[in-house]
Amino acid sequence: MPHILRFPIITILSVFYASLFAQTETTFPTNGPDDYREHIHAFTNATIYKDYKTKIENATLVIKDGKVVDAGTNVTIPQGAIVHDMKGKFIYPSFIDIYSGYGLPDVKKAQRNDGPQMESNIKGAYGWNQAIHADYNAIKDFTADDKKADEWRKLGFGVVNTLMKDGIARGTGAVIMLGTEKENNLIIKAEASTGYSFDKGSSTQNYPQSLMGAIALLRQTYYDAQWYKNTKDKKEYNLSLEAWNANQSRPQIFDAGDWDNILRAQKVANEFGVQYIIKGNGKEYQRIDEIKNTKARIITSLNFPKAYDVEDPYKAIWIPLEEMKHWELAPANAAALANAGIDFAITPADLEKKEDFLPNLRKAVKYGLDSTIALKAVTLSPAEFLNVSDKTGSLEAGKLANFIITSKPLFDEKCDINENWILGKRYEIKAFTQKDIRGEYKLTLSNDSTYKLKVTGDEASPKANIIISDSLKPEVKLSYKDNEISFSFNPEKKKDSNKFLLSGTIDFNAKAWAGKGQLPTGEWINWNATQTKGPDADTSKPKKDSTAIDLNKLGKVFYPFTGYGNEELPEFENVIIKNGVVWTNELEGNLANTDVIIKNGKIAAVGKNLSCKDCNTIDATGKFVTSGIIDEHSHIAISRGVNEGAEASSAEVRIGDVIDNSDVNIYRQLSGGVTAAQLLHGSANPIGGQSGIIKLRWGYTPEKMKIDGADGFIKFALGENVKQSNWGDKWTVRYPQTRMGVEQTYYNYFTKAREYEKAWNKYNALKGKGTTPRKDIELDALVEILNSKRFITCHSYVQSEINMLMHVADTFGFKINTFTHILEGYKVADKLKAHGAYASTFADWWAYKYEVIDAIPYNTTILTKMNITTAVNSDDPEMARRLNQEAAKAIKYGNLTEGQAWEMCTLNPAKMLHLDSHMGSIKVGKDADIVVWTDNPLSIYASVEQTFVDGIRFYDIAQDAQKRDEIRKERARLVQKMLDDKKAGAPVQMPTQKKKKEYTCDDLEIQ
Amino acid sequence: MNFKNNNNPVLQGSGSPASGVRGCGEQQNKRQIILLCFILCILRSIAQTPDVPAPAPAQSEKTYLLNATIHIGNGKVLHNATIGFDNGKIVLLKENINFKTDQTGKMIDCTGKDIYPGIIATNTTLGIDEIEAARATNDYAEAGAYNSDARAIISYNTDSRVTPTLRSNGVLYAQVAPQGNWISGTSAVVQLDAWNWEDAAVKSEDGIFMGWPSMFKGIEANKEYDKQATELKDYFKDAKSYFEAGKHEKINLRFEAMRGLFDKSKNLYVSVSYVKEMLAVISFAEEAGVNLVLVGAKDAYLIADILAQKKIPVILNKCHDLPSYDDDDIQQPYKTPGVLQKAGVLYCISIGGFWQSRNLMFEAGTATIYGLTKEEALQAITSNAAKILKIDDHIGTLEKGKDASLIVSSGDVLDMKTSKIERAFINGRQIDLSNKQKALYEKFSKKYGIN
Repeated sequence: MPHILRFPIITILSVFYASLFAQTETTFPTNGPDDYREHIHAFTNATIYKDYKTKIENATLVIKDGKVVDAGTNVTIPQGAIVHDMKGKFIYPSFIDIYSGYGLPDVKKAQRNDGPQMESNIKGAYGWNQAIHADYNAIKDFTADDKKADEWRKLGFGVVNTLMKDGIARGTGAVIMLGTEKENNLIIKAEASTGYSFDKGSSTQNYPQSLMGAIALLRQTYYDAQWYKNTKDKKEYNLSLEAWNANQSRPQIFDAGDWDNILRAQKVANEFGVQYIIKGNGKEYQRIDEIKNTKARIITSLNFPKAYDVEDPYKAIWIPLEEMKHWELAPANAAALANAGIDFAITPADLEKKEDFLPNLRKAVKYGLDSTIALKAVTLSPAEFLNVSDKTGSLEAGKLANFIITSKPLFDEKCDINENWILGKRYEIKAFTQKDIRGEYKLTLSNDSTYKLKVTGDEASPKANIIISDSLKPEVKLSYKDNEISFSFNPEKKKDSNKFLLSGTIDFNAKAWAGKGQLPTGEWINWNATQTKGPDADTSKPKKDSTAIDLNKLGKVFYPFTGYGNEELPEFENVIIKNGVVWTNELEGNLANTDVIIKNGKIAAVGKNLSCKDCNTIDATGKFVTSGIIDEHSHIAISRGVNEGAEASSAEVRIGDVIDNSDVNIYRQLSGGVTAAQLLHGSANPIGGQSGIIKLRWGYTPEKMKIDGADGFIKFALGENVKQSNWGDKWTVRYPQTRMGVEQTYYNYFTKAREYEKAWNKYNALKGKGTTPRKDIELDALVEILNSKRFITCHSYVQSEINMLMHVADTFGFKINTFTHILEGYKVADKLKAHGAYASTFADWWAYKYEVIDAIPYNTTILTKMNITTAVNSDDPEMARRLNQEAAKAIKYGNLTEGQAWEMCTLNPAKMLHLDSHMGSIKVGKDADIVVWTDNPLSIYASVEQTFVDGIRFYDIAQDAQKRDEIRKERARLVQKMLDDKKAGAPVQMPTQKKKKEYTCDDLEIQ
Repeated sequence: MNFKNNNNPVLQGSGSPASGVRGCGEQQNKRQIILLCFILCILRSIAQTPDVPAPAPAQSEKTYLLNATIHIGNGKVLHNATIGFDNGKIVLLKENINFKTDQTGKMIDCTGKDIYPGIIATNTTLGIDEIEAARATNDYAEAGAYNSDARAIISYNTDSRVTPTLRSNGVLYAQVAPQGNWISGTSAVVQLDAWNWEDAAVKSEDGIFMGWPSMFKGIEANKEYDKQATELKDYFKDAKSYFEAGKHEKINLRFEAMRGLFDKSKNLYVSVSYVKEMLAVISFAEEAGVNLVLVGAKDAYLIADILAQKKIPVILNKCHDLPSYDDDDIQQPYKTPGVLQKAGVLYCISIGGFWQSRNLMFEAGTATIYGLTKEEALQAITSNAAKILKIDDHIGTLEKGKDASLIVSSGDVLDMKTSKIERAFINGRQIDLSNKQKALYEKFSKKYGIN
């Protein structure tokens, strides 16, 4: 049997001018005679995975010139091939990391200025926004880095797609081999992919400063690029847009992260008819059906969090249940993707320690991931995603000779990657195990003494003893490499002194060792050992894997994935609410001893002594039944920023893009009888962003929380916030800085919008014959306002500017729908009435800034008495669940009737949001948004027992108690499991407080 | 009704709401009322109501409020009861009283009304902050880390436009507390109807307010926590050593101001929210040998038994608050007063801030759904507060010999649907309940011709 051939690892210098790549022709001059080699290798007797699913036993792989010649059982070994006997070994296509930054310079986070930066600070003929790096080309920056490459090679990777992980558009990435050759020879595909994200990265420009801004910027750039491409006679040359357009033909990798961002990315993809390969972060299981529905190909990572150190219960309470559950379920994510039939690739990106990759991949398999799919996800899938499967990803003839040799099947925990071959070149990862020398030997020394030597234990690292008697078995210190062996022992005693020191060679064929040695006296002797008996047969039963996972014992996924989430989403219920005091908000007024039937999400009947056979019954005797509270001004359930305030107008951004369905405040507010809310942009700029109008369908996806067919709204703002009065002394640059400027901002934008509309009308009239105007999604929103297709909710305090905005609207021929806050509304109530605006205000807030010093708790009273439709709103996640109390203050301060007060938090906001045709009162046919109260809802002593949204019971006081109990039990279970993990020696992390940001109008996150 | 008409009615109710709420009025015939209203309206339209009405003069006449439901503030309620006060002190408190015709003094029929002790707002910046976002009006945080000697009473502005809006909702006393880390300064207790801070002071040097380092900076662990806590402890060791050494040739004003902590004449109020921090503060206070009051104490419900056993009082900050953590009981902040009550902790409810305290009674009211009785809720904003501030010998309950500081409401004071304060007395002085906001209401109601 031939020995395994070994040759020294060729250093990068020795191959510098002598490429191993298959080309015989090169532009590079050689220094001295050419040293071209064919490198023909044959790997025989191996178990070969020709591709992820084709396993061939006892097969041969032949490679030549860096490419696969053939792989299979019926393979001719070419003459002159260097043959490697791979008996017992496994050969797999090497892995491909689709999401790496290998060989690229680090992204430098520039120091952000404290003050505003309105423009990009990149000099040259580039686009206006510093976060759009479409023109970046990774191949130009790429330099091979053997040390870094080795980190990937050790994990089994042979190829990476390297791209710059910076900015919203990230330019092109390149598919590169992890070899040590000259860069020119490592490139599989230069402009192979392009990248995007919602993160502006190193950009120091203020815009965008929110997630919705990032989304809007993406949208606008798509439109700009189309316009740029299609417009012949244009004034500008734009490197960013040129590159953007060129990138469209490449695989598009979108780094999204959380599952909701995956859905957001897909939404953008759908709008522009592009297909993204979307990178998640390992939390896809939290919403697997929706991820599947995107039909996008997914890149996931194996970033499994460490258990928390939960020894101190007072610290354990800092960890939200979702974190604990994610710790448990993260390893099952890949299985969830596979089970859903999603086409996905796995990347080691996101791992804190790269060496966790294989253990985590194996863990994923243990958690139910089919090993074939696992292999595909690191080989063929990434190759296919990158359109390079003709070159790599499997070991078919003609493909690159990129493969790994392992000691055991890949997903065996004891499997070592021994060698990683890239472009036909060997990189040793871990030396092959020595040949088996276990057995019993008769050791004969030339001084005539003989000993019984027994070699036992693990094949890879055997141990040896001299057997004198059953009780005396002195240990032998033994080491060997290839056929050289040395060992030492003291035959008399167990201690280490007076040792025999022997060294020699192994004749594997004869199973005999021989050599010379020294006795403790220093005298040289000869010795030999011959095997008298082979290794003991392994009679031990295969051990049951103590770390096997019982998948049925894993916690369940909650919707949303947080405390108070549901295992099953609640559905419509047919309910009869019997014998309550029903506040209808209709002409019938308040009805005593009345029943309400809700069916299929609608109010089916209101009356006395009703019956309903297929209904659940709620006995409301002594209780009050009302329609749900509607919060006209809310900032809950918003992801990553409520203000896109970098510029005076951000009409292009949409809160509807960034609804966070996992905000526990949704549930908390259900407990206060809130059933719907307008999620508003903040008040950082005169023209804010578009609203998201939702029902509090707790657990449903963001898109399903939105109210279908609701009119579009937009936030405007006036006063101190928009003129940046309280932002600090450096914020004096952005226009406007005075109320004068606020007015001119509006005139400017609406004038522009008019002109924009005209240009489009003109173009449309010509039926496409003229030059297409540039589509501007900001001006689109303003045109909608001009045409009364989008409606304004304006943050406002003092009378002068309220008056001003009505004049602006009158000038342009539209109405201001709602003034929100409007604390000085009482001073201009007559003008509001004349204009036809609604007012949504605080019951009694004041004194928190200069412009609210004249706020009075009688505002709602005066407005109501002036016949202005008036609401109380929250702008506060806590107060929102007590809007009934806030409404009741109108009784205290202004002696309004209970009916007037109650409508301020129900019917009136419904009117403001144009939802009163189906919401805001108890009337047959309207949406079953129903609340059951313990007491008069305007009393401080009232609390909510049930809240229905569209006939779905989203809050129930009894269920709430049950949920608390479940949270406690689930937390306790996970705490115990984490303690077990810690005890078993797993690394742990210290708990930190994890809280979500809660927003009000004024919150500005400078990212 | 046993009340006999007083023939010499004293004009009352200059501060009664102009919105048409009837004051608990003296018995007069209708014509008189109409005439009176007319005169008042004329007066109003001529004389601009000041944003801050003039403080009332000292009580000059013995006064009786008759036939009311009287909430003593200690849990007891008297029905059809009468309270009488003279020279600012309560002299009579009795149910079903039957006055003789020759009874002297001012008689005010309060049939159907509820009478409560004046509400005490603790942990406020009332009078030392006027407009949150206007720095010139922020007068509560001194420079530097250790400001025990800085006295809130000096900043206290009796002419704050905010104060009258608290009074008109029944808040008659406030603890005014400096803010800022670490030792913020010396708090004061004031009554809310005064010409100047000397007039206002109930206790010009109440206690020392301080902050405690947080274990977290945002969601990251505060790596300085131990160092900061040790620094504070060391500072207190120095202060105590100064105190114990007696007289000094070289005076340290900051340490002088802390003497009251060590002779236990002053409370140490420490603002702290989370359990780990509260426990650290408790150990710290025990080691320093001071009377600790926890302020904020959001998670106090988790250690209620410890607080009761160690007799550590708590000024809760906000019932109308979100829970500390997403997994917490969603109503936990509403329930915490009930938990403390049940455990026997001496606690009161505050809101913090300044203008917000006009809603104090409703924070207490909300807690009644979740474990407090109405009278316990009342105690949480009256007598309990007085006990913690150590002014309960004369303030906080309606008992004979105590200050006649009380409010008369036409409905349940804890419920905004019914809470309408018609009269208020501080030390027997009937105070003017008008304020800037009412004046604006009247001004614009008149403009629009609405009522």
